[in-house]
Amino acid sequence: MSLKRNILDLRKRKEKVLQGGGEKAIQKQVAMGKLTARERVTSILDEDSFHEYDLFVEHEARDFGMEKKELHGDGVIIGTGTIYGEPVCIFAQDFTVAGGSLGLMHARKITKIMDHALKMRVPLIGINDSGGARIQEGVNSLAGYGEIFFRNTLASGVIPQLSVILGPCAGGAVYSPALTDFVFVVENISKMFITGPEVIKTVLGEEISMEELGGAKVHSEITGNAHFYALSEYECFEQIKKLLTFIPWHNGKKAKAFPPKPPKPEFKIEDIVPADPTQPYDIRNVIKSVVDDSDFFEVMENFAGNIVIGFGRMNGETVGFVANQPMVLAGVLDCDSSDKAARFIRYCDAFNIPLVTLEDMPGYLPGVDQEHMGVIRHGAKILYAYSEATVPKITVIIRKAYGGGYIAMNSRHMKADFMFAWPTAEIAVMGPEGAANIIFRKEIMAAEDPDAVRREKVAEYKEKFANPYVAAAKGYIDTVIEPLETRNMLLHSIEVSSNKADRRPQKKHGIPPF
Amino acid sequence: MGKITEFNIDGTLYQTELTKKFENRKIWKKPDPKQIMSFIPGAIVEIFVKEGQKVKAGEGLMILEAMKMKNRIEMPFDGVIKKIYVTEGVKVPNRLLMLEIE
Repeated sequence: MSLKRNILDLRKRKEKVLQGGGEKAIQKQVAMGKLTARERVTSILDEDSFHEYDLFVEHEARDFGMEKKELHGDGVIIGTGTIYGEPVCIFAQDFTVAGGSLGLMHARKITKIMDHALKMRVPLIGINDSGGARIQEGVNSLAGYGEIFFRNTLASGVIPQLSVILGPCAGGAVYSPALTDFVFVVENISKMFITGPEVIKTVLGEEISMEELGGAKVHSEITGNAHFYALSEYECFEQIKKLLTFIPWHNGKKAKAFPPKPPKPEFKIEDIVPADPTQPYDIRNVIKSVVDDSDFFEVMENFAGNIVIGFGRMNGETVGFVANQPMVLAGVLDCDSSDKAARFIRYCDAFNIPLVTLEDMPGYLPGVDQEHMGVIRHGAKILYAYSEATVPKITVIIRKAYGGGYIAMNSRHMKADFMFAWPTAEIAVMGPEGAANIIFRKEIMAAEDPDAVRREKVAEYKEKFANPYVAAAKGYIDTVIEPLETRNMLLHSIEVSSNKADRRPQKKHGIPPF
Repeated sequence: MGKITEFNIDGTLYQTELTKKFENRKIWKKPDPKQIMSFIPGAIVEIFVKEGQKVKAGEGLMILEAMKMKNRIEMPFDGVIKKIYVTEGVKVPNRLLMLEIE
């Protein structure tokens, strides 16, 4: 007998499953301005590279009438494919099938592809679009989430994990993205919260829309849960693909090298930074003036703008940048900017990406709200992350490096490999005004014209300490460079650090101030 | 660049933008022990005292139910109830003035 009948049967079965939740549910999905799960997967991956597994999986729920329900693929698509020719694992929750709700088999499919990604050491991309736990499956769905969270943690720092929020992601479900490295959100589509607006209204009487509570803007600007914000799903997919060009496939590898390119001539480093340390400028332009092709890929662009983090290439190799942003809140360190920088530093360290730190900040942000929010333990995260990092670490002090911030921002004392300073650098315990007020307090108070004496003393302090040469005399910085030399010094210092070995005491793990 | 303002750090005025989050931060106020504020959003299910009543420290003032837990609000020190701002059955947000003591 020929195989034909069996093949036709297989095709028929496949066709049925590929309909997902059916025509009506797909229409609803489209009406919400969303792509279907399969469209998403195929848009992210290289053309025709997607191979799906577990499409014949069926749920086993037998309560509340579930035994009569057929849920194609149990509401999630899993598989492998390639991006720019390199292998990745992917899953996408299918909202058209029972609202993408997570039951036992749904979770098993996800954990299967997670296990695969970890074993094969390839990035995992998870597309979240789900109403949450499948209530009818009770504790089984909770077990499913737990198994996912455990694997997120296991894979953390081994393979890149990307979470793409393309629909609701509510309740416990939010903790999987929160445990992953990069979270992508899209305006009007992404919604993340622990407790939804309805519960908040009935329990607390506070009225708020889903968008205001946990929309894309909220998570990219206020909470810091999201790393990339896009206006459309397609823009989001481009961000995913671009990010993947900068990061290695696993922690045993370096990111792929690209042909070196010079920065674009319109970014003139000497014209960007004003000499007066109280005047603002956009630090991103300084980064663009030193990276290949002036191509800087910023991470968490809209959150804690007083620090800038992101990837660029130098001589074709990926470098992670951490830079104070004088244009926003004078570039101070605070709770949010510390969290933002610390996590990025740990990412770069885990994935063999050299770190370049550009420093221009007046210290930690004073204020009751900061102190009460725990700026001590948040700020400590930066110190911990830099100290712990063993990838090549290079710092350029552009202007201000005051107080605790000077220590925190990858100083020599945190074991920076190279410390450079511009001639405009001011390395001191605090700004000249504050310092003069303390040191010369008595003289200023006793003077007939206290303001005149204060001005005089501030000038004296500036002259003596507001420069890089005191720190250079102690060897805390390695050399003072001209702004134009910055790119070459960075290229050289990264090059000579390529075989860096920095061995630390054996331990199970440290205890960072989470 | 957006709106540039002067920003004082340790006596130096920096020219910089502020963030929305910074501008919307809560300004700290010294708590007044005579004001009983809600410490969690919830509902007032029972009130035990009346305005003008003398109450001893430790006596119950009201029950604030939140997250399925009935929290007994107690008098912090001996005193007289000056004004009660809530009634039984109302929902209260966090940090709402519920009662004032004289």
